[in-house]
Amino acid sequence: MKVSVNWLNELVDIHLSVEELAHTLTMAGLEVEEITPVAPNFNNVVVAEVKTATTHPNADKLRVCNVDTGTGTLIQIVCGAPNVTAGICVPCALLGAKLPGLEIKQATLRGVESNGMLCSASELGLSEDQSGLLVLARDAPIGQNIRTYLDLDDVYLTLKMTPNRGDCLSMIGVARDLSAATRAALRVPAVSPTPISGTISRAIGISAPNACGRYLGRVISGVDATAITPDWMKRRLERAGFRAIAPLIDITNYVSLERGQPMHAFDQEKLFGRIDVRFARPGETINLLNEQSVSLQPNTLLISDERGPVAIAGVMGGLDSMVTRATTSIFFESAYFDADTIQGKSRLLGINSDAAYKFERGVDPEGARDAIERATQLALSICGVPETTIGPIAEAIGELPVHLPANVRPARVVRLLGMDIAVTEMIAILRRLQCNVSETSGTLSVTPPAYRFDLKIEEDFVEEIARINGYEEIPSRPPTSSLQMLRVPDGKRSRNSTRHAMVGLGYQEVINYSFTPAEWELDFAGNAKPVRVANPISSHMSVMRTNLIGGLIASLVHNLNRGEVRAKLFEIGRCFLGDITNLDTQPEILGGLVYGGRFPEQWGEGGDRGGLADFYSVKGDLEALLFGLEPRFQASAQPAMHPGRCSSILINGKKAGLLGELHPIWQQKYELAIAPIIFELDVVALSVLKAPSYLRSSRMPTVRRDIAVLVDDSVEMQALVDAVKITKLASIVDFLPFDIYRGGNVPLGKKSVAFRILMQDTDRTLVDSEADRKVSEILKVLSKEFGATLRK
Amino acid sequence: MCTLKAILHDATMLLKAVKSMPELEQTKAKYLGKSGSLTAQLKSLGTMGAEEKKVAGAAINQIKAQVETLISEAKSRIASAELEATLDTESIDVTQPGRSAGVGGLHPVTRALEQIEALFATMGFAVADGPEIETDYYCFTALNTPPNHPARSMQDTFYIADSEHVLRPHTSPVQIRYMEEHKPPFRIICPGRVYRCDHDATHSPMFHQIEGLWIDEAISLADLKGTLTQFLRAFFERDDMQIRFRPSFFPFVEPGVEVDMEWENKGGKIKWLEIGGAGVVHPQVLRNGNIDPEKYSGFAFGIGLDRLAMLKYGVTDLRLFFENDIKFLSQFR
Repeated sequence: MKVSVNWLNELVDIHLSVEELAHTLTMAGLEVEEITPVAPNFNNVVVAEVKTATTHPNADKLRVCNVDTGTGTLIQIVCGAPNVTAGICVPCALLGAKLPGLEIKQATLRGVESNGMLCSASELGLSEDQSGLLVLARDAPIGQNIRTYLDLDDVYLTLKMTPNRGDCLSMIGVARDLSAATRAALRVPAVSPTPISGTISRAIGISAPNACGRYLGRVISGVDATAITPDWMKRRLERAGFRAIAPLIDITNYVSLERGQPMHAFDQEKLFGRIDVRFARPGETINLLNEQSVSLQPNTLLISDERGPVAIAGVMGGLDSMVTRATTSIFFESAYFDADTIQGKSRLLGINSDAAYKFERGVDPEGARDAIERATQLALSICGVPETTIGPIAEAIGELPVHLPANVRPARVVRLLGMDIAVTEMIAILRRLQCNVSETSGTLSVTPPAYRFDLKIEEDFVEEIARINGYEEIPSRPPTSSLQMLRVPDGKRSRNSTRHAMVGLGYQEVINYSFTPAEWELDFAGNAKPVRVANPISSHMSVMRTNLIGGLIASLVHNLNRGEVRAKLFEIGRCFLGDITNLDTQPEILGGLVYGGRFPEQWGEGGDRGGLADFYSVKGDLEALLFGLEPRFQASAQPAMHPGRCSSILINGKKAGLLGELHPIWQQKYELAIAPIIFELDVVALSVLKAPSYLRSSRMPTVRRDIAVLVDDSVEMQALVDAVKITKLASIVDFLPFDIYRGGNVPLGKKSVAFRILMQDTDRTLVDSEADRKVSEILKVLSKEFGATLRK
Repeated sequence: MCTLKAILHDATMLLKAVKSMPELEQTKAKYLGKSGSLTAQLKSLGTMGAEEKKVAGAAINQIKAQVETLISEAKSRIASAELEATLDTESIDVTQPGRSAGVGGLHPVTRALEQIEALFATMGFAVADGPEIETDYYCFTALNTPPNHPARSMQDTFYIADSEHVLRPHTSPVQIRYMEEHKPPFRIICPGRVYRCDHDATHSPMFHQIEGLWIDEAISLADLKGTLTQFLRAFFERDDMQIRFRPSFFPFVEPGVEVDMEWENKGGKIKWLEIGGAGVVHPQVLRNGNIDPEKYSGFAFGIGLDRLAMLKYGVTDLRLFFENDIKFLSQFR
């Protein structure tokens, strides 16, 4: 809401600088977001009339003007504006005037003397319009300071209103709260009823009494709808953000701006019979003022005449009954509609309406009569002609809201605020807020004024006491509590430790959006039915991700485009599995991507010379990360991955992740020179560690034997190792492949695998013959299971 | 005797001058070898009588011992000279860069978060967590914001299509979830991603919030101010940091507070910066979490984590946090 400081000063007897005023409002909870002067600083600009404008002897586009600035002597000014012509009134900057970025001095333009400047709106900093001179009204007072004439010495405050303060959505509302906060006197003039001069009235009924508490209507006949809205009203409306349209509509908006009571003016001749406030009937439609045709839902409150709907109550009037220049009689509506009924209606229709905004937040149930009288007064003075007659006010009453008193315990006020406030001060504050307060045995019984819908329970009044007493008074108290040590389980790895482990492995953390293009879900998850965002910012952020791959690839591409040649990235974030019937599965996933050299480019083994990162180098990173969790890798398939280079990661026999090389078709589509290696791990699965527990280790010497066997190339390494481990041969402490070789004298379709076998007994030294026997047992197993033969 | 003296003199001269091991061996042989001069002297003892042998033998052995000492001195001198020569050839350029496996780094937002979690842990705050696709109930209704309430338009919420779920616009639903599972007293923070329909230099459609909640008997607005003051002073490591409360409105707290922090920008200009919303937990919210508002009270706050990280590290454009440019991110290692 935009508030004129000059207008506010008329309503409250307060003497503060603009900055102090803004601070006071902000600290009262009416946050000032912006302070905007109506016009920048300039001086010595007056209203002037161009008496003559003749062609410049030496320039086609310039005019030599004689200008009356009210001094009795005409001034000669050379002007280049295309719209300069004799007879118009314009702002004239006199010699010595200081305009934004310009000082006016005497000048000679192409040989003709010029003693001032006729101004456009842009030269005065009033708007961007530099198409020509700012033409003023014909009757503008010649010689008057333009700042006075256009009311430019005002400042507007943009208030950010919280939704609970419907009572502050008007000038009087803001003034009222400012007065309570500062104890400055309120100077809102009482509205005196205009004498009734006619008899025409329109019958009103309320069929939905719980939705409409009060409906006032008045017929004013014989108005001049072609009258012109006075400049002062136009300015106040436009500067507050309303569009000035036509006088009768401007009047209703002005009353709303001044008093917070939305009003509507119907064309009396276009209404038929009795007005009823009721809910919509099945199949009813209405054409709204904005020419939108709406099928009405049964929970929509309407204003209806005997032919059908004429307005959506509290939202917008109908097109057919709207006031036009041809209107001669009007029917003013001033009503109280229940907030719950109006809430959500304008959003549903996609309409921004001042009325709906106010009714949704709560309009003063007692304000309707003053508003209609104020509108009558303004209508009479602006559109009134000798034959204008004022009809009586017709009123229908429904169920008006009842504000019940709340019990406020001063001890609880003190407890919740953590500061002492005297009970007498509490009472004084509540009374300043127009609350009705009585005290019974230490408890206050408080009834708020009708316009405060936000004051219901004890805590609401606690806030009001704190607010008016000043939030700056709330002490800063180091809290006290009985100490309780937090548990940090030894067997649990925190998210932060996981992050640090990744950083230690050389990975840079990234954060990608949780919503992705639908295409990524299709490409990297094979997900054709993703969970969609109903109102995405763009199609690039329209579906919820089920894995982190798309984001990691996008981060990679971004960096490759900026000259990086290598990247090790990781992200920890939630993924959204399941579908709209079950959205509960939102695991946190650790995702990573490695691209380019295993090592950064450097001398020696660095860069490409150290080899490109591949499945196994990244697997090594994961084995380091998952050390102690004994992860197992199992050939697997996933739409993002190369079908022959993709593995599931199992922890404790359960699938906990995925490791693979990007599928060549995606590598090509996303224009990557090398296929990145990508992995994902479930954060919970990798956070469960075994708490260490001591095992006595043998002090006997270990015996090492190396063997190399030939097996079919298709035999998985894991199978070889498992086959040996499963035999549980005594004294075998380790069985590890240390060389894998194909080609050369190894037959096609075979591979040679060299194993290191470590043997150790718990209480004696193994002799050679025992070690030999173990090796031959191992060979027997490998030969039986896989047809392995010993390489000599 | 003269002969012996001459041998010693001669040997001393030669052994002090030898420069290599082979030369030393040759010299050694000249005196102690099979046909060496001292060996010859020792052999000559056989032709002498017992008395004479005793005297001459002692004299020869004394000279022999002196020669042997000279030999061993020469040996160690040569060995150390040879080592030195080898070490000379083995020297490397210590200024050549180390061989690196590359370094990683945390994202600045998580870097700041880690510190914040540690700071709150010192006051006994546990870390809680909750889903990001949330139900309408936990996001709004349980937080005292019924359907169609104008407060719902305070944030532009993302909705999940064909569903009653939303992307949580704040971390506050965790308040209810935590209350349902735990009995007071407790104090938690809940950091996490939140989502709002907004995108410009100061708004990202996804950003991070830290929710805080402390429920105990007699927790007040003054405790909130004390906690946040201590936190901000510790986080920014400035003991003179001032914070300010302003009245505001959030349906799930009453009284409601907007928290401003005094901040000196690079030009030395001091201004108030809004860093989050807070307040005393609304009694209806406590009841929704099965907590008796007559017995317990508490405070809650929601602070923008990205904003804090921006201020701490001097980042001026929020969008940089989500571009994932390595050159940017690597500055926070």
